[in-house]
Amino acid sequence: MSSREDILGRVRAGLQRNAGNAAVGREVMTAALSSRSQGPKPVFDAAPQALLERFRVKSEAQSSTVDIVAAEAEVPAAIARYLAAMNLPKTAVAQPALAHLDWAAAGLTVELRGARDADLVGITGCFCAVAETGTLMMCSSPATPAAVSLLPETHIAVVRASRILAYMEDAWNLARAELGSLPRAVNFISGPSRTGDIEQTIVLGAHGPYRVHLVIVED
Amino acid sequence: MEIKSMRFKANAAGSLANVVLQGNLKNAKGKFVTKRAEALKDLDDFEGTRDAAVAIRNKVIDNLDLWLERFERKAQETGATVMWAKDGAEVCRLVIEIAQKHGVTKVTKSKSMLSEEAGLNQALEAAGIQPVETDLGEYILQVDNNEPPSHIIAPAVHKSLDDVADLFHKVHGTPRKTEIPALTREAREVLRGHFLSAEMGLSGGNFLVAETGSVALVTNEGNGRMVTTMPKVHVVITGIEKVIPTLEDLSTLMRLLPRSATGQSISNYFSILTGVKQPEEHDGPEHLYFVLVDSGRADVVGTDFHAMLRCIRCGACMNHCPVYQTIGGHAYGWVYPGPMGSVLTPLYAGMENSIDLPHAATLCNQCGVVCPVGIPLPDLLRKLREKQTERGLRPLKERIGLRLWAWVAQRPKLYALGASLGARYLKWLAGDADRIRLLPAAPEWSLGRDFPAPQGKTFRELYAARRNRTGDKP
Repeated sequence: MSSREDILGRVRAGLQRNAGNAAVGREVMTAALSSRSQGPKPVFDAAPQALLERFRVKSEAQSSTVDIVAAEAEVPAAIARYLAAMNLPKTAVAQPALAHLDWAAAGLTVELRGARDADLVGITGCFCAVAETGTLMMCSSPATPAAVSLLPETHIAVVRASRILAYMEDAWNLARAELGSLPRAVNFISGPSRTGDIEQTIVLGAHGPYRVHLVIVED
Repeated sequence: MEIKSMRFKANAAGSLANVVLQGNLKNAKGKFVTKRAEALKDLDDFEGTRDAAVAIRNKVIDNLDLWLERFERKAQETGATVMWAKDGAEVCRLVIEIAQKHGVTKVTKSKSMLSEEAGLNQALEAAGIQPVETDLGEYILQVDNNEPPSHIIAPAVHKSLDDVADLFHKVHGTPRKTEIPALTREAREVLRGHFLSAEMGLSGGNFLVAETGSVALVTNEGNGRMVTTMPKVHVVITGIEKVIPTLEDLSTLMRLLPRSATGQSISNYFSILTGVKQPEEHDGPEHLYFVLVDSGRADVVGTDFHAMLRCIRCGACMNHCPVYQTIGGHAYGWVYPGPMGSVLTPLYAGMENSIDLPHAATLCNQCGVVCPVGIPLPDLLRKLREKQTERGLRPLKERIGLRLWAWVAQRPKLYALGASLGARYLKWLAGDADRIRLLPAAPEWSLGRDFPAPQGKTFRELYAARRNRTGDKP
């Protein structure tokens, strides 16, 4: 007998599985998968401006920094200002999805590709953002490689205000509507990487970025 | 992992006598408790969320076979390979086979308690494959002669900054650093090379999503993302009980897991991984394997301990346990310490190998109160004590003593006489004191506690005297 059959056999024995309770169990399963019922959620003002404000406050609480610009065309200049203020290089890797922005005009040297170890600054968009916790939702694809938000010491993310949703549940529904099925990797990011493994003291910059900077576009 | 739970009493005594460890435990004590309490405040309806989480977990474990088949089918549709392992030995065999098939010489690992159960690192080394732990806590332990973890969330919580400073100085051959950020940076630099050169990444799984065939990983350091993004092969090893129905259920459980574990409203990274790298994609593994592990879980289904399968491994029970806080995790002698460990170790590693664990609890129910999936841990510990008695696993002296007591207790006159003599003897023994330091009949038991001295008469004697005085009818 294969291990699969052995394990499932013992699970079935434990549940006293028979045709009758299997049919009931299948109904429960089908109902759960089709109803996608949601649990209780924290209650807060879900007006667009309130969501933006909550997202900003929660992101800052996670040690991200936040900048707000009025139009997408202003993003490269805003990023150039941030890099200058932080004494960071004006060279970056960006997700190919950001090819339409005029990086050179802002004095930045941006390569559109996947990330490499030597990259110091990584610029990404995001699929959407979650106001409840101040979280970015990143979906991997050829135009949005996952490592750009992971390998560089500085991660800069462009967030469209219209894509700030209240809850993670809203993000799932948006993904189902726009992508059909889940991409290979969904990464929810809430601030720079951190560890508390030595004396429970939080240190930013464990294996991922030391800093996360968000540029929110009011669209 | 070798089971050392039979030596619990000696281990615990050693932990209590270890001045350095006691200092480290005292330093750590309460930090997680405070953070959790803080983090629950912005969850408007903790009880309602917990009820929903209990319902989600019950839904799956009450029909576990059906959900496993559903998950397996969905995962296969995404291009993943699903394997099943009965025990730790089979986990090791399967992982080594996968590694050899893909010509793997180095495996980077994010934290997996199941790999500790299976002793996977030792097996990989024996097969000539280098395992590299990448969670900072696990890395510290691996380079310290493969010391076992003492906490499921913070594996090196028993170590101080000084311990880590000495260790890194010795192991890395670098100047001794005394700042935590500098030590963290040093580990980052060492491990970055491994992340980029390993051919295989190995992770556990916090949840398996039946709707999509995905694995969900909760991490803070980014090492979980590294091992599931950079190498060409990703292997997930996870217990069969980890399935949940939908992405919505994942969101509900995520409101509880990081809050209960580290007091975060959400972990830094929360990754939901589905299938393999697509054509044109820049990163991601080309091969994804799930190893679904039994190791005792299937035999718990439908038993008195069924509710234990709801556990989401947050560690809140140990953080709030007065026994854990006093002796630390190593004394428990296996992978899982604290109240959840005192239930899981007898179930997965053998009741006869962990006789003392169900008794290493005050049954104060702090663990039950904080458990985010409502597991009645004290009830389960009491139930394990019952099972020990049923199976004749208790020491001979205790069994004879209890049988003797039962024989006397069934004879009211004899019992009254015995109790009356006992009360007088104990009063005499106490002398002028109100408590007895050492009971000659139970020297070991009274070593750690005082016995309150009786007043010299039994309850029944006092009650009878009162009835005579007032003429009360019984």
